[in-house]
Amino acid sequence: MSKVSVRFFARYAELAGCSSSAVNLETPATVADVISRVREVFPGTQAMPPRPLAALNQRHVKLDAIVNEGDEVALLPPFSGG
Amino acid sequence: MHLTRHRLSIADLLAEVQSPERGGTCVFLGTVRNDADVSAIDYSAYESMADEEIERILAEAHERWPDARVVLAHRLGVIPAGEASIAIAAAAPHRDAAFAACRHVIEEVKQRLPIWKKEFRGDGSEKWVEVHDHR
Repeated sequence: MSKVSVRFFARYAELAGCSSSAVNLETPATVADVISRVREVFPGTQAMPPRPLAALNQRHVKLDAIVNEGDEVALLPPFSGG
Repeated sequence: MHLTRHRLSIADLLAEVQSPERGGTCVFLGTVRNDADVSAIDYSAYESMADEEIERILAEAHERWPDARVVLAHRLGVIPAGEASIAIAAAAPHRDAAFAACRHVIEEVKQRLPIWKKEFRGDGSEKWVEVHDHR
Protein backbone atom coordinates (compact mmCIF):
# COMPACT_ATOMS: atom_id res chain seq x y z
CA MET A 1 0.00 0.00 0.00
CA SER A 2 1.18 3.51 -0.81
CA LYS A 3 0.35 6.80 0.79
CA VAL A 4 -1.18 9.60 -1.30
CA SER A 5 -1.78 13.09 0.10
CA VAL A 6 -5.24 14.52 -0.34
CA ARG A 7 -6.38 18.10 0.01
CA PHE A 8 -9.87 19.49 0.25
CA PHE A 9 -10.93 23.06 -0.40
CA ALA A 10 -13.89 25.33 0.32
CA ARG A 11 -17.15 23.33 0.63
CA TYR A 12 -15.35 20.01 0.16
CA ALA A 13 -13.18 20.75 3.21
CA GLU A 14 -16.40 21.20 5.20
CA LEU A 15 -17.73 17.88 3.87
CA ALA A 16 -14.46 16.06 4.65
CA GLY A 17 -14.07 17.71 8.04
CA CYS A 18 -10.44 18.58 7.27
CA SER A 19 -8.41 20.38 4.64
CA SER A 20 -5.56 17.92 4.23
CA SER A 21 -4.96 14.27 4.97
CA ALA A 22 -3.69 11.12 3.27
CA VAL A 23 -5.16 7.83 2.07
CA ASN A 24 -3.53 4.45 1.57
CA LEU A 25 -4.10 2.48 -1.61
CA GLU A 26 -2.27 0.35 -4.17
CA THR A 27 -0.34 2.43 -6.69
CA PRO A 28 -0.10 3.16 -9.51
CA ALA A 29 -3.75 4.14 -9.26
CA THR A 30 -5.92 6.72 -10.98
CA VAL A 31 -7.30 9.94 -9.55
CA ALA A 32 -10.72 8.26 -9.71
CA ASP A 33 -9.37 5.42 -7.51
CA VAL A 34 -8.12 7.98 -4.99
CA ILE A 35 -11.53 9.66 -4.96
CA SER A 36 -13.25 6.30 -4.34
CA ARG A 37 -10.91 5.70 -1.39
CA VAL A 38 -11.57 9.24 -0.13
CA ARG A 39 -15.33 8.59 -0.16
CA GLU A 40 -14.77 5.54 2.08
CA VAL A 41 -12.43 7.25 4.52
CA PHE A 42 -14.30 10.59 4.67
CA PRO A 43 -18.01 9.67 4.41
CA GLY A 44 -19.03 13.33 4.24
CA THR A 45 -17.35 13.54 0.82
CA GLN A 46 -19.97 11.19 -0.61
CA ALA A 47 -21.94 14.42 -1.10
CA MET A 48 -19.34 15.56 -3.67
CA PRO A 49 -20.48 15.18 -7.29
CA PRO A 50 -19.68 11.85 -9.00
CA ARG A 51 -16.86 13.42 -11.02
CA PRO A 52 -15.39 16.33 -9.07
CA LEU A 53 -12.66 18.59 -10.45
CA ALA A 54 -9.24 17.41 -9.38
CA ALA A 55 -5.63 18.54 -9.45
CA LEU A 56 -2.60 16.25 -9.29
CA ASN A 57 0.53 17.89 -7.90
CA GLN A 58 -1.02 21.33 -8.48
CA ARG A 59 -2.06 20.80 -12.09
CA HIS A 60 -5.53 20.25 -13.51
CA VAL A 61 -6.00 16.61 -14.53
CA LYS A 62 -8.69 14.26 -15.75
CA LEU A 63 -9.86 11.50 -13.45
CA ASP A 64 -7.92 8.83 -15.35
CA ALA A 65 -4.56 10.50 -14.59
CA ILE A 66 -2.05 8.15 -12.94
CA VAL A 67 -1.21 8.65 -9.25
CA ASN A 68 1.94 7.31 -7.61
CA GLU A 69 3.17 7.09 -4.02
CA GLY A 70 3.76 10.52 -2.51
CA ASP A 71 1.63 12.39 -5.04
CA GLU A 72 -0.86 15.03 -3.94
CA VAL A 73 -4.46 14.90 -5.15
CA ALA A 74 -6.59 18.00 -4.53
CA LEU A 75 -10.38 17.94 -4.81
CA LEU A 76 -11.74 21.23 -6.05
CA PRO A 77 -15.31 22.54 -5.94
CA PRO A 78 -16.45 24.46 -9.04
CA PHE A 79 -14.37 27.64 -9.22
CA SER A 80 -15.82 31.05 -8.47
CA GLY A 81 -12.76 33.30 -8.52
CA GLY A 82 -12.34 36.59 -10.28
CA MET B 1 3.15 36.37 -6.11
CA HIS B 2 -0.18 37.38 -7.66
CA LEU B 3 -2.32 36.82 -4.57
CA THR B 4 -2.70 39.41 -1.85
CA ARG B 5 -4.77 40.07 1.24
CA HIS B 6 -4.52 43.82 0.79
CA ARG B 7 -6.46 46.32 -1.29
CA LEU B 8 -5.51 46.13 -4.95
CA SER B 9 -3.49 49.00 -6.37
CA ILE B 10 -4.25 49.77 -9.99
CA ALA B 11 -1.40 52.28 -10.02
CA ASP B 12 1.07 49.52 -9.16
CA LEU B 13 -0.24 47.30 -11.96
CA LEU B 14 -0.14 50.14 -14.48
CA ALA B 15 3.44 50.91 -13.52
CA GLU B 16 4.35 47.31 -14.34
CA VAL B 17 2.85 47.24 -17.83
CA GLN B 18 3.12 50.74 -19.24
CA SER B 19 6.00 51.90 -21.40
CA PRO B 20 6.46 54.46 -24.19
CA GLU B 21 6.18 51.80 -26.92
CA ARG B 22 2.85 50.51 -25.60
CA GLY B 23 0.20 52.97 -26.72
CA GLY B 24 -2.89 51.10 -25.52
CA THR B 25 -3.63 50.02 -21.97
CA CYS B 26 -6.70 48.16 -20.81
CA VAL B 27 -7.65 47.56 -17.17
CA PHE B 28 -10.26 45.10 -15.97
CA LEU B 29 -11.51 45.32 -12.40
CA GLY B 30 -13.83 42.80 -10.82
CA THR B 31 -15.60 44.14 -7.74
CA VAL B 32 -17.80 42.51 -5.11
CA ARG B 33 -21.45 43.04 -6.05
CA ASN B 34 -24.16 43.68 -3.44
CA ASP B 35 -26.58 41.19 -5.06
CA ALA B 36 -29.19 39.67 -2.78
CA ASP B 37 -28.08 41.59 0.29
CA VAL B 38 -24.44 40.42 0.01
CA SER B 39 -22.36 42.56 2.36
CA ALA B 40 -18.99 40.89 1.73
CA ILE B 41 -17.38 37.86 0.12
CA ASP B 42 -14.66 35.69 1.66
CA TYR B 43 -12.31 34.54 -1.11
CA SER B 44 -10.22 31.45 -0.43
CA ALA B 45 -7.79 29.66 -2.73
CA TYR B 46 -5.54 26.71 -3.23
CA GLU B 47 -2.90 29.39 -3.07
CA SER B 48 0.21 27.67 -4.39
CA MET B 49 -1.67 26.19 -7.33
CA ALA B 50 -3.56 29.41 -8.08
CA ASP B 51 -0.29 31.33 -8.18
CA GLU B 52 1.26 28.82 -10.58
CA GLU B 53 -1.88 28.73 -12.71
CA ILE B 54 -1.80 32.54 -13.00
CA GLU B 55 1.82 32.27 -14.16
CA ARG B 56 0.76 29.75 -16.80
CA ILE B 57 -2.16 31.93 -17.96
CA LEU B 58 0.10 34.99 -18.27
CA ALA B 59 2.77 32.97 -20.10
CA GLU B 60 0.16 31.75 -22.59
CA ALA B 61 -1.04 35.33 -23.12
CA HIS B 62 2.55 36.39 -23.72
CA GLU B 63 2.96 33.69 -26.37
CA ARG B 64 -0.20 34.80 -28.12
CA TRP B 65 0.41 38.57 -27.84
CA PRO B 66 4.22 38.84 -27.64
CA ASP B 67 4.23 42.65 -27.72
CA ALA B 68 1.70 42.96 -24.92
CA ARG B 69 2.49 42.96 -21.22
CA VAL B 70 -0.20 41.68 -18.87
CA VAL B 71 -0.27 41.56 -15.07
CA LEU B 72 -2.88 40.30 -12.65
CA ALA B 73 -3.55 40.57 -8.93
CA HIS B 74 -6.27 38.64 -7.07
CA ARG B 75 -7.25 39.63 -3.55
CA LEU B 76 -8.16 36.96 -0.97
CA GLY B 77 -9.90 37.11 2.40
CA VAL B 78 -13.02 39.05 3.30
CA ILE B 79 -13.73 41.79 0.75
CA PRO B 80 -16.61 44.23 1.34
CA ALA B 81 -19.13 44.93 -1.44
CA GLY B 82 -17.84 47.59 -3.80
CA GLU B 83 -14.15 46.73 -3.42
CA ALA B 84 -12.11 44.96 -6.09
CA SER B 85 -11.30 41.26 -5.90
CA ILE B 86 -9.33 41.10 -9.15
CA ALA B 87 -7.43 43.55 -11.31
CA ILE B 88 -5.86 42.86 -14.69
CA ALA B 89 -3.81 45.40 -16.67
CA ALA B 90 -2.78 44.78 -20.26
CA ALA B 91 -0.68 47.18 -22.33
CA ALA B 92 0.25 46.73 -25.97
CA PRO B 93 1.46 48.87 -28.86
CA HIS B 94 -2.16 49.16 -30.08
CA ARG B 95 -5.56 48.83 -28.41
CA ASP B 96 -6.76 45.66 -30.16
CA ALA B 97 -4.11 43.50 -28.51
CA ALA B 98 -4.56 45.22 -25.15
CA PHE B 99 -8.32 44.55 -25.08
CA ALA B 100 -7.93 41.01 -26.46
CA ALA B 101 -5.22 39.99 -24.00
CA CYS B 102 -7.11 41.45 -21.04
CA ARG B 103 -10.34 39.69 -22.05
CA HIS B 104 -8.54 36.42 -22.64
CA VAL B 105 -6.88 36.49 -19.23
CA ILE B 106 -10.09 37.16 -17.25
CA GLU B 107 -11.90 34.34 -19.09
CA GLU B 108 -9.07 31.90 -18.34
CA VAL B 109 -9.08 33.03 -14.71
CA LYS B 110 -12.77 32.20 -14.41
CA GLN B 111 -12.23 28.74 -15.90
CA ARG B 112 -8.98 27.70 -14.28
CA LEU B 113 -8.14 29.39 -10.98
CA PRO B 114 -8.79 27.31 -7.87
CA ILE B 115 -10.47 30.14 -5.96
CA TRP B 116 -13.80 30.05 -4.13
CA LYS B 117 -16.25 32.58 -2.75
CA LYS B 118 -18.34 32.45 0.36
CA GLU B 119 -20.97 35.18 0.52
CA PHE B 120 -21.94 36.95 3.71
CA ARG B 121 -25.45 38.39 3.76
CA GLY B 122 -26.82 41.28 5.75
CA ASP B 123 -28.98 38.84 7.80
CA GLY B 124 -25.85 37.08 9.10
CA SER B 125 -26.15 34.03 6.82
CA GLU B 126 -23.26 32.59 4.78
CA LYS B 127 -23.29 30.67 1.52
CA TRP B 128 -20.73 29.07 -0.79
CA VAL B 129 -21.21 30.49 -4.27
CA GLU B 130 -22.19 27.94 -6.89
CA VAL B 131 -21.07 28.53 -10.44
CA HIS B 132 -23.03 31.05 -12.44
CA ASP B 133 -20.84 32.78 -14.96
CA HIS B 134 -22.80 35.78 -16.19
CA ARG B 135 -19.83 37.22 -18.11
